[in-house]
Amino acid sequence: MIRNIVKKEFKELFTISTLLPIVFVALVFGFVGQMIGSVGESMQEKPVIGVVDMDGGDFSDTAMSVFIERAEVIYNGSDAEEGLRKVREDNGVALLVIPENFSQKIYANQPGEIEIYWIMRGAGMMDSISSGIVEWLIQAANQEISRKLIQQDSSVDPALVLNPTTRIETTFFKGKEIQGLSPSVLGGMLGSQSTVIPVVVMMLIILAGVSVISSMGLEKENKTLETLLTLPVRRSHIVIGKIVGSALVGMIMAIIYMLGFSRYMSSFQISDVNLADFGLALGMQDYLLVGISLFVALLAGLSLCIVLGTFAKNYRSAQALIFPITALAMISAFIIMFKDFDTIPVVLRVFLFAIPFSHPMMAMRALMLDNYSLVIGGIAYAAVFTAAMIAVAVRIFNSDRLLTGSVQKRAALGKLVWGFRR
Amino acid sequence: MKAVEVRELVKDYGSFRAIKGISFEVKAGEIFGLIGPNGAGKTTVLRTIATLLQITSGSITVFGYELPKEAGAVRKIISYLPEEAGAYRNLTGKEYLNFIAKFFGEGEKCQNMVRRGLEIANLGERINDKVDTYSKGMTRRLLVGRALMVDPRLAILDEPTSGLDVINAQEVRRIINSSVEAGATVLLSSHNMLEVEFLCHRIALIDDGRIVASGTAAELKEEYDARNIEEAFVKAIR
Repeated sequence: MIRNIVKKEFKELFTISTLLPIVFVALVFGFVGQMIGSVGESMQEKPVIGVVDMDGGDFSDTAMSVFIERAEVIYNGSDAEEGLRKVREDNGVALLVIPENFSQKIYANQPGEIEIYWIMRGAGMMDSISSGIVEWLIQAANQEISRKLIQQDSSVDPALVLNPTTRIETTFFKGKEIQGLSPSVLGGMLGSQSTVIPVVVMMLIILAGVSVISSMGLEKENKTLETLLTLPVRRSHIVIGKIVGSALVGMIMAIIYMLGFSRYMSSFQISDVNLADFGLALGMQDYLLVGISLFVALLAGLSLCIVLGTFAKNYRSAQALIFPITALAMISAFIIMFKDFDTIPVVLRVFLFAIPFSHPMMAMRALMLDNYSLVIGGIAYAAVFTAAMIAVAVRIFNSDRLLTGSVQKRAALGKLVWGFRR
Repeated sequence: MKAVEVRELVKDYGSFRAIKGISFEVKAGEIFGLIGPNGAGKTTVLRTIATLLQITSGSITVFGYELPKEAGAVRKIISYLPEEAGAYRNLTGKEYLNFIAKFFGEGEKCQNMVRRGLEIANLGERINDKVDTYSKGMTRRLLVGRALMVDPRLAILDEPTSGLDVINAQEVRRIINSSVEAGATVLLSSHNMLEVEFLCHRIALIDDGRIVASGTAAELKEEYDARNIEEAFVKAIR
């Protein structure tokens, strides 16, 4: 008896719709674990750098020996331009230049200057790991110089011992030359784009998607769909009406969500650096493009949802159908948070581009760096995707599928009824 | 004039043939009933005429408009009441009628339709309550009101009195009759054969996707030497 009940309960509860979210969560954990694992590996790898010693003094020798020992030096010469070219070509992180009079300045109780030319490739959370290691390398060189200073002269100025060098930083990031900022500071400043925007877009897509799929489920559950389909209105208008209505509901929900979330995120931001000072501000045209990108991506997501919604049998099954949208939105948001579009493998880049709602997640950062082709390409792709999905949805609305479910299932049902009646 | 002309209609669901070559005509201004047991194919026929399902083979014309080519034109002159139809739960009864009327006209025309819908539904003050709070009978009356308020040339009613108590069922039948008196044509289905006998001008008996007999109630009873349509149906399918 108990076995019978257990069997029934298991069959009722162990369904695809209950299994998929758990599998997805497991995959996300696996993905995050792999990310963290690769962070650990990156931390252990020696950073690839170039060095130019134009001083040749005691302290520059000390610094150079630290750099050579603890980093993979791909250029060690006297031509800064040649060194920079080599670092760029070999995917290096930075070129460290020790100018003339470096040691002399330190002997004169002044911090010596180290010129750092950073090559920044992405603004994702994981993209600044290698630059962080170089910063740690410079810190190690500082410690060695401090040790030497104390050994040579115990009465040396404590302030100099604590900070024997200063940095003059230039960051090259996607064609822009940004003076006075390191990749970690720049990455931090762009952090809001890396975190807030993907999360808000993700929530917008999920919330609006739930609205449209639920609407389809409710139409079937409340038995209103048949009436709607016999009214004198074009099927394409029904599809578009549902998409736009759900987009409005989703946007209202996302605005409410965004207000709370941006307030939460702003509590972590302590940087008072103004991006506009570094040519990284957006103009009106850029904001317009971001808006268009978001709108078109929302339409693309919702048009995909309405196609999925046609499979809903009722409100409950509609909730399970939102899963593919949630998965795609979360995966794209996670990838964009952790890595920059340009720093991920090509296969992943194609996958990310193919997800239409990943584009507004990347748009703001891309526009800051004048990468218009990615944004405009994304808008065009999402528009084509939307048109294709609407065409598929209208085709389904014009077919029997919406009312009869899959033909095979119906056929089987028909045979069952037929057999029963016979 | 022919309101509906169905010729050799075949409808397949995958490999299952639900309708097996049905032909019948509905004259303008009459109430035509399709009767038969559950699963006989009544709803499939009505859904196909109501432009919801594709035709596998055969032809259908509604007031001269051919399906599926002129489905848009057909939708302008028909009104379909599905068997288990519902209304939008978060709308009030009046809002629902208003929503539907806007597809058929604007301004005064729309308002007149809503007024007619309110009269037919006859829900009193409850028309301003959300549909979610309605009983099954109230919802059905609202839906009958919705279906007939637009003055359709052809009303397609699938089991119009399904699930209603005697009082509500009688009221719905009265509404259907008065609608026809006002010029509409009604094609309805029912498995309640006695009801159809008293309501319909002509009847088609349908079983296993085929029409087994058709005519007026009197003709069918005479043909099968039966006391009522139910008995005629049983004799017809033997």
